[in-house]
Amino acid sequence: MAAEPWQTAEIPGPKKALVVTKPEVVATMIKKAKHPILVVGHKAVETELEKKKLIDYMIELAKKAEIPVVATAHIISEFHKRKYKPAGFLPAVDIGNRLVDAEWAGIDGKGPHDLALFVGLPYYMEWVILSGLKHFAPNLKTVTLDNVYHPHASWSFPNTSVKDWVENLKVIIEKFEEGGK
Amino acid sequence: MSKKGVNIKIDELKTDVGFIKNLQLSFGKLVAETWTEPMGPTPFPSLTALREWDLKLLQRYKPFYLPYCDVCCLCTFGKCDLTGDKRGACGINMSAQQSRIVLLACCIGAATHIGHARHLLEHLIEKFGHNYPLDVGGLNIKVEAPVTRLVCGVKPETLGDLEEVLDYVETQVTHLLSVAHTGQEGSNLDFESKVLHAGMVDHVGMEVADIAQIAAYGFPKADPEAPLVDLGYGTINVEKPVILCIGHNVVPSIGIIDYMKDNGLDGEIEVCGLCCTAHDITRYYKRGKIIGPISWQLRFIRSGVPDVVVLDEQCVRADSFYEAQRIKAPVIVASEKNCMGLPNRTNDPADAIVEDLLSGKAPGALILDAEKVGEVTVKLALKVAPLRKKFKVIPEVDEVIQRAKECRQCNDCRRACPQDLRIPEAMKAAATGNLAKLADLYELCVGCGRCEHACPVGLTVHSFIVKAGEKKLKEETYKVRAGRGAIQDVEIRNVGSPIVLGEIPGVVAVVGCSNYPKGGQEVAEICTEFANRRYIVVTSGCSAMSAAMYKNEEGKTPYEYFTGEFTSGCLVNVGSCVSNAHIAGAAIKIANIFAKRNLRANYEEIADYILNRVGAVGVAWGAYSQKAASIASGFWRLGVPVIVGPHGIKYRRMLLGRADREEDWYVYDARTGEKAYVGPTPEHLFYTAETKEEAMVMIAKLCMRPNDTMKGRAIKLTHYIDLHKRLYGTMPEDIHLFVRTVADVPVTMKDEIVKILEEKGWKETVIPDPTLLPRMIRKRKE
Repeated sequence: MAAEPWQTAEIPGPKKALVVTKPEVVATMIKKAKHPILVVGHKAVETELEKKKLIDYMIELAKKAEIPVVATAHIISEFHKRKYKPAGFLPAVDIGNRLVDAEWAGIDGKGPHDLALFVGLPYYMEWVILSGLKHFAPNLKTVTLDNVYHPHASWSFPNTSVKDWVENLKVIIEKFEEGGK
Repeated sequence: MSKKGVNIKIDELKTDVGFIKNLQLSFGKLVAETWTEPMGPTPFPSLTALREWDLKLLQRYKPFYLPYCDVCCLCTFGKCDLTGDKRGACGINMSAQQSRIVLLACCIGAATHIGHARHLLEHLIEKFGHNYPLDVGGLNIKVEAPVTRLVCGVKPETLGDLEEVLDYVETQVTHLLSVAHTGQEGSNLDFESKVLHAGMVDHVGMEVADIAQIAAYGFPKADPEAPLVDLGYGTINVEKPVILCIGHNVVPSIGIIDYMKDNGLDGEIEVCGLCCTAHDITRYYKRGKIIGPISWQLRFIRSGVPDVVVLDEQCVRADSFYEAQRIKAPVIVASEKNCMGLPNRTNDPADAIVEDLLSGKAPGALILDAEKVGEVTVKLALKVAPLRKKFKVIPEVDEVIQRAKECRQCNDCRRACPQDLRIPEAMKAAATGNLAKLADLYELCVGCGRCEHACPVGLTVHSFIVKAGEKKLKEETYKVRAGRGAIQDVEIRNVGSPIVLGEIPGVVAVVGCSNYPKGGQEVAEICTEFANRRYIVVTSGCSAMSAAMYKNEEGKTPYEYFTGEFTSGCLVNVGSCVSNAHIAGAAIKIANIFAKRNLRANYEEIADYILNRVGAVGVAWGAYSQKAASIASGFWRLGVPVIVGPHGIKYRRMLLGRADREEDWYVYDARTGEKAYVGPTPEHLFYTAETKEEAMVMIAKLCMRPNDTMKGRAIKLTHYIDLHKRLYGTMPEDIHLFVRTVADVPVTMKDEIVKILEEKGWKETVIPDPTLLPRMIRKRKE
């Protein structure tokens, strides 16, 4: 399925993200990953989705799927307010820079990550960070949980309405029982 | 002896008339040298002279490449797919290609400043003569050109002395640009070294431009009390004819001001500017006015207020001629670099040009003579203003509402907007008569106009936003201190010690363009936060303007309530883009004047000093341009880290330290030759922050340096922790990396921090006399 980048002028090149048409696929990828990581940007706090914030969905996902979370920018306190302690907080460029290092011990010290999920960064920041990972982190797969197409990811949803985005996130979350199974 | 000219040396020559041996002839300029400091190791450095220093920096601050796309399309082999570890037809890989793009950007930036400097210098020499003295601060400044002295090893005393300096930097930029050709450099790190070289020569070019114009035009000379001048749309008297100058090269604007003054018209006409030309207008003419940063171009032209638009060079919108035509304002273009397709009227009589533009026979003219620009523009403004009657193209409210009903909610405007502004929602509300959401976009909009070109039904979206925000626009009345130029030697003496010891927590240079993620207000907030915290805060360019566009509860702007002296708790506007050289110059002068390090062609030692001791950090929150890239790279080579706003990530590579890799943070102790761990200070060299809050915390962190005294480190940690707690809502997790001894711990936080140190297994380390240069070790380890 073809998809267009959210920003019209952003043309990626030959290698483009596979388009996620069924959210269950993302759940399966997370389940298959040995050591996933969820990178949450500051827009997760600004983005309202059906009376909740995007960050609330991410916390729910992280808890159920047992994915270590790294908060970028200054939003760590928003997690703490919601009684959730991420594995860490780092600037977005730092987390990108560490993910290209195959020897990095991981955000939780449990070894290199093989799957990185991104959400809530400004589109253009996520665009180039995903590109950096595409080119320089050959052992890492990336997925974006945003509702905009990110061709530099390994997998991305196409540009999606807010309503469908919420449904997709709910489906992904529902695929996990408490405890990551 | 410094020389410029032709040198002929004949060792031996046998002729019919005799035998000549050891004959040496020099033609050209010979100047008796007054600078007695011995020449350092790298006068007029070549592309590789400072390569070892660069590689030291790049070893610690490794490039993290962030390609925009997968391909290279610079030659006819291409496009080449460089995805992953593929190589292109020329053999280049993605790392090298990205660094090549950075080099190209920096060459463009450096060439722009250097070209600007060359034009200025030629003009000023023609007007004032080769021997015009370079007085940039009277008795208060003895080191008049710190960057030039450091890089080139010469001490310029007159305008003419600057010619050989420009000869050098022009040559370097040519070589650097040639490196970007297909089939030249193959290593990304060598590309990066050349990026740093481009930045260094850019700073020389900027310094030449600014000291030449300060000296010749009598701009404020390192004056802490440079006049407060008007800024903002609301400061313009729209009853008068208005001349708008856009760009960076003030020469034609000065032609206008001089003609006005010489003909008794001072006060009859408003002369205002956008972007750095505006700064330099107000450095020359107190009645000059600054409209605002580059992003105000469309909104101000479309408002219909300008009667004549004068374009010089750099950051001038390519459609400004078209936009001016829409409001029936004639255009004068005054730079060879920006001719806009207009006929060259330089040799035509002024009155004939005025007549043609007034009658509409021609919409604009290219005039490459500043004095003629002055005469034509002033005469034209007086005559055209009554005819134009401030004709504008901003629609009335009714029209906005009516046209908003045509919006299809297709999202194309939002997908074209660099800020991802929710224009369709605002348009939907506007169609019902509610312009509040459009008005909310006014302060977030960077004025690029891409939304309009994207709109399938031709809505003038930007104009709608400006109309909705019109009240805010018209209330823009601020004060900014005119660019003061250099920092005085005595100011450096006063702050040198507390900066190097860490007791002044840092020097924060908020500079650059206005591609802000959430409006200019954030720049004002950053400046006031750090000035209130008693940092030294300096500004330049569009950021200097944005810093002014904010009022406190008493209705005062920051330049009115912070001192303009280079000292703790100041807000110092050095001036336009080219004035950035004075910020680098201040750091250099700390090493030279305060620490008495030799300056002359001694780049590596001075940069090592600054990296390890001078807690300075640059912030370019809205950096967009190639010039901003080269300015930043000049700071990197000098050991000054730079933070850019989120759009700055599009420069495609960051230079990031790894705080978690202990082995990266060792220096030599110059006293013993031992290697000493100093923690990640400063942690990064080029860094993108996602939010203002993140940037503010990082500013405080990047001001820490290995040389901080215990008292100084405690002060710096206090600010870092305090900002972190306030903006992140939590303690930083890396405090243990910055505490060397318990005495570094801020007293008020001792219990809390000592507990953290224990949990982290922290161990005390020494505070060395830090250097990365083995040659600086005074006593070698046995």
